[in-house]
Amino acid sequence: MNLFKYSAPSIFYPLAGRLATGFAIAAVLLLAIGLYMSFFVAPTDYKQGEGYRIMFIHVPAAWMSMFIYLVMAAWAAAGMIWRTRLSSMMASALAPTGAMFTFIALWTGALWGKPMWGAWWVWDARLTSELILLFLYIGYMAMESAIDDPRRAARACGLLALVGVINIPIIYYSVKWWNTLHQGASIKMSESGGIESSMTEIMLWTMLIMTFACWFYTIAVALTRVRSIILERESKTVWVKEMLQQGEK
Amino acid sequence: MAEWLAMGGHGFYIWGSYGVTALFMIVETILVIRHKRTLLQRLGRMMRMNSEVE
Repeated sequence: MNLFKYSAPSIFYPLAGRLATGFAIAAVLLLAIGLYMSFFVAPTDYKQGEGYRIMFIHVPAAWMSMFIYLVMAAWAAAGMIWRTRLSSMMASALAPTGAMFTFIALWTGALWGKPMWGAWWVWDARLTSELILLFLYIGYMAMESAIDDPRRAARACGLLALVGVINIPIIYYSVKWWNTLHQGASIKMSESGGIESSMTEIMLWTMLIMTFACWFYTIAVALTRVRSIILERESKTVWVKEMLQQGEK
Repeated sequence: MAEWLAMGGHGFYIWGSYGVTALFMIVETILVIRHKRTLLQRLGRMMRMNSEVE
């Protein structure tokens, strides 16, 4: 099967629609299960009591903020290197959701930090680099809307995204490199290859389910957004006209 | 129920976190869907106008 045919917007457009619906349903289901587990299954923490439950949204949001940025930078680079318009569109479709998860990670982190550390914000290595990530997302979106010609915008934004990639390992390893207030990684890949975590089994499963829920949510939203971008950019083409005549929803 | 909502005194922080997250995710979903729908309508209208002109 020639996958490259899906890089043609006209063929990708209906496929993205079906995928978005599927992932949206999966996201809602996982979110419902994850939320139920977060509040009714995961036990009370011996040290932080109930407050630690913020973890089930804080950590997935933080993971997503970094993961989406890497995926966005990969699409942006692909768009720049192979000049495939659809790749750059995909990067632009991811940026707003990535920015949202970055803000949520900072917001839930502050609301978790206040009762536990006594401060909403600290110029700690991880918090600061996550804030820089938020500015990178906003910079990407601002530059993209500032440059009219999509091709030039794709090149400029691709460059910005790639330069910003260095910030991701900094966020991830900041807790190890600098003596930070933010705690170290609670979930690590152990030498024997399995997942080693200082959390109970239930907490780990809840965390993973919430992460997949956020991931599927991101895919559903980004695919829907990229369909709009395709429509905007390709409104003059024949296939869009035919589709409109058939009354595509 | 009230006791459960209090979340051992951390209620404000927990519901502040989950509430804002839910709000952002719901608003983003609505914006994305509405943006696509209005776009489709606008393109449809423009096309009909052009076909009348020809």
